[in-house]
Amino acid sequence: MSHVSFEELDKQAQEVLKIYGNKKLTVKDRIAIPGQDMPAQHPLERVKNMQEVALGYSEAQVKVEALRCLQCKNAPCVKGCPVQIDIPLFIAKAAEGDYAGSIAVIKESSLLPAICGRVCPQESQCQLTCTVGKSLKSIDKAVNIGRIERFVADWESKSNQRETPTVAAPTGKRVGVVGSGPASMTAAADLRREGHEVVMFEALHKTGGVLVYGIPEFRLPKRIVKEEFETLLAMGVKIERNFLVGRTAKLGDLMEREGFDAIFLGTGAGLPRFLNIAGENLVGVFSANEYLTRSNLMRAYDRNKAGTPLYGSRKVAVFGGGNVAMDAARTARRLGAEEVTIVYRRTETEMPARREEVAHAKEEGIQFLYLHSPLRILGNEKGRVHKVELITCELGDPDDSGRRSPIEIPGSEALYDFDTVIVAIGNDSNPLIKQTTKGLEVNRRGNIIVEEETCQTSMKGVYAGGDIVLGAATVILAMGQGRKAAKAINAYLAGQGEV
Amino acid sequence: MFTVLHKEKLSAEVFRMEILAPNIARERKAGQFIILQQGGDFAERIPLTIADADPDKGSITIVFQAVGEATHQLATLEPGENIENVLGPLGQPTHIEKYGKVLCVGGGVGVAPLHPIAQAMKRAGNELKIIIGARNKELILLEKEMRSLSDDVIVCTDDGSYGRKALVTEPLKELCESWKPDLVVAIGPPIMMKFCTATTRPYQIPTVVSLNTIMIDGTGMCGGCRVSINGETKFVCVDGPEFDAFAVDWDNLLLRLGTYRSEEQEAHHRCHIGLEIKEGDA
Repeated sequence: MSHVSFEELDKQAQEVLKIYGNKKLTVKDRIAIPGQDMPAQHPLERVKNMQEVALGYSEAQVKVEALRCLQCKNAPCVKGCPVQIDIPLFIAKAAEGDYAGSIAVIKESSLLPAICGRVCPQESQCQLTCTVGKSLKSIDKAVNIGRIERFVADWESKSNQRETPTVAAPTGKRVGVVGSGPASMTAAADLRREGHEVVMFEALHKTGGVLVYGIPEFRLPKRIVKEEFETLLAMGVKIERNFLVGRTAKLGDLMEREGFDAIFLGTGAGLPRFLNIAGENLVGVFSANEYLTRSNLMRAYDRNKAGTPLYGSRKVAVFGGGNVAMDAARTARRLGAEEVTIVYRRTETEMPARREEVAHAKEEGIQFLYLHSPLRILGNEKGRVHKVELITCELGDPDDSGRRSPIEIPGSEALYDFDTVIVAIGNDSNPLIKQTTKGLEVNRRGNIIVEEETCQTSMKGVYAGGDIVLGAATVILAMGQGRKAAKAINAYLAGQGEV
Repeated sequence: MFTVLHKEKLSAEVFRMEILAPNIARERKAGQFIILQQGGDFAERIPLTIADADPDKGSITIVFQAVGEATHQLATLEPGENIENVLGPLGQPTHIEKYGKVLCVGGGVGVAPLHPIAQAMKRAGNELKIIIGARNKELILLEKEMRSLSDDVIVCTDDGSYGRKALVTEPLKELCESWKPDLVVAIGPPIMMKFCTATTRPYQIPTVVSLNTIMIDGTGMCGGCRVSINGETKFVCVDGPEFDAFAVDWDNLLLRLGTYRSEEQEAHHRCHIGLEIKEGDA
C-alpha cells in the first residue's frame, strides 16, 4: 500500500506551481496539471485513533487544484450542485489566494461549507459533470471541488475570519425549529437573520443531529459542528435540548399555547430499518444508528471514561453499501474488531457511499463481499451471533432506483463466521410527530408531504425539510430545503404584518 | 434546569427523587418514562419510569435502584443540585379503562411505576387488588401508598423477613383461581414478569407488562430496545413500554438484556472504587 505524506504532497504541489503558477494557462495546460490527492493520516496509524482521516489540502495543493478548473462558461458543475454554488467563481478566487472572497461566494448559497466539503458526495453531484473529468475520461480526474471548498472553509475558521451574520431588528414573531441537524441549522440561521425569535428543539442532550450522533469524528470532527452552533447562539438562536416535540409538547401546543407563529420540522429520518430476517434480534445485532450513536454521541470509544458500554467484537459483518455502512465498518475497526466485512448485494459500481470513504475503508483493511445478500443470522447457545447465512447474487435489470437489481442465485447459500452484525440499510421516518399532530399529511413511507417550492406542509404555518421529507438523503439537500423553507416562512410572516 | 427538589433513601440501594421538570410533569401520563443523563459528557443515558408527577409544582418523581455507574452517580446528587439532562415523557401511556377487576403485581423497584397505574385504574372505577414483593423487608416499596388504593394488598418477600415468604407468583396464582381478575398488570424485574406471564397464561387472563430494555435515545432512533412481540419486532421506546405479556418473547428479551453483562460488571466495580461506595450500600 503506497501512502504519500502531507509533506510530500505539499512538496510535489509546490513543484507544479513553479511550472504553472506564473504563466497564462491554456486549456491544455490546465488539463495537464495533476489532480491533487487528499493528504490523509497513515492507514496503520489512523485505525488506532478517532481523529480525522483526511487532513485537508496544503495551500500549494489548493492553488494547484484550483488552476485545473477550466472556468467553463456553461458551468456544468453548478447544475450538479443541489444548492447551485457559483463553483467556477469560488475556485477562481481560491486560485488567486483570495480565500476570504472564495468563502464569501460559497456562503451566498451554502451555510455549511466546512461540513459539506467533507461529507457531500461530490462525485455524484458537482464533480460528476466536470469538463476536466469528462476530457480525461475519468470521474476521479474531475476538479476536486469539495476539497477546495473544505480548504477555504477551514481557512476561514483557522484564521478567525468567521463573522456572525447580522440580525435584523426584532419582528416580534416566534419560529420554532424542530431538530438540530443540517436542515434545521440552516433554517434557524436564515430565520434569525430576518429578526424573528428562533427557538430550536432537540430531543438529544447534544445538538447537531446526524452530524453528531451518526457521522464519526474521523470523518467530521465535532468541533466543526460546534462552531456552527456557536455562530447560531451568537446570532441569538435559542436552543432547547431534551425536548421531544410530540411528547414533551405537541406541535399544536407549541403553536396555540406557546405562541409560535410558524414551525419548521427538520426531525430527520430517525427510525432504523431492519431486514426482517431470522435472527435479527440476537445479541450482537445492532442498527448502524445504535452502533454509531454509542461510539459518537455517547463517546463509548473512550472505554476508560465512557459509561456507555460497547460490544466486544472480533468478526463484524456490516450489511449495506452507503456512507453509514462505511462509517460503521471503519468505527468497528477502530474499536478493535479484527476483521470487518461489508456485505453488499450489488457491486462496487452501484454502491452509494462516497468514493473517498470506500477508498479509505479499503486502505484500513475493511473487506468487501459484493453480490452477497443476508438470509438469516444464527446464534450460539447463549443467543449471541456466531454465523450469518449469505446467498450469492447476480445483477439483473435496473430497478426503480436505476441501479441494476440483485438476483439471488438458488443453491449458492453458505454460512460465514461472524460474531457481530451491523445493519446499515437506511432509515424510515419517525412517526411521532405525525401521530401526535392532527392534519399533518405524510406519504405512504411516512415522509411529510410538502409543496416543492416552499416546503410548506398541509398545515398552515408549518414547514418541513431534510430527511423527514426526502427520506434518507444528504446533508446538502437537507440544507437546501432548510434554506428554501426559511425563505418561505420569512415571506409568510412578512405577509402577516407587524405584531 | 432539572433541579433535584427532594431525595429520600428508601433502602440501602433504592432512592426516591423529586425533580423539577415542568414540561414533563404537565404531559406525563401513567406508564411513561424518562431518559436521564448525569455526570458529564461520558455519562450513559438511562431510562427510568416516572413514579409520580405534580403538574402544579412542575415536578416529577422517580424511584431508582443504584445498580450501575449512572444510577450511582445520580444517587450522589443532593436537593438543590441539577441533573444535566432529562428527556420525556417517553413511550405510550398505559391504556386505562374500566376492566372490572384489576390485579396489580409489582416486584422490587417495579412497584414505583406500578403505583400511578394502580391509581389510574382505581380512578377509572376498577376494583383493585395489589401484590407487592421484594427480596427482603428493606426493599419493599410504597406499601403505605398502595394500601391507600386497595384494602387488599399482599406483601411477599423472598426471604420471609416481612409479609408472606413467597414469590409474587404464588398469590398471583391463587388470585387467578379464586378472584378471577379481568386484567393483570405486572411490573418488576424481567424474570419476575416472565414468570407472572407463565402464571396467568393458563387462565388466559389478559396480562400487561412494562418492559425496561437497553436504550440510548428513547425516541426510536437507535433500535437497541427492540423486542419480539408475536414474532414482530417492536421498539420498547416508541411502541411500548407496555405490551401484551403473552406476545413477548421473554427468552430473547432476557438474552438481549445481558448484551453488555461482562462490560457492566466491570463498570460497577469501577464506580464503587471511584465513588468510594461500599458494595451493598448502593
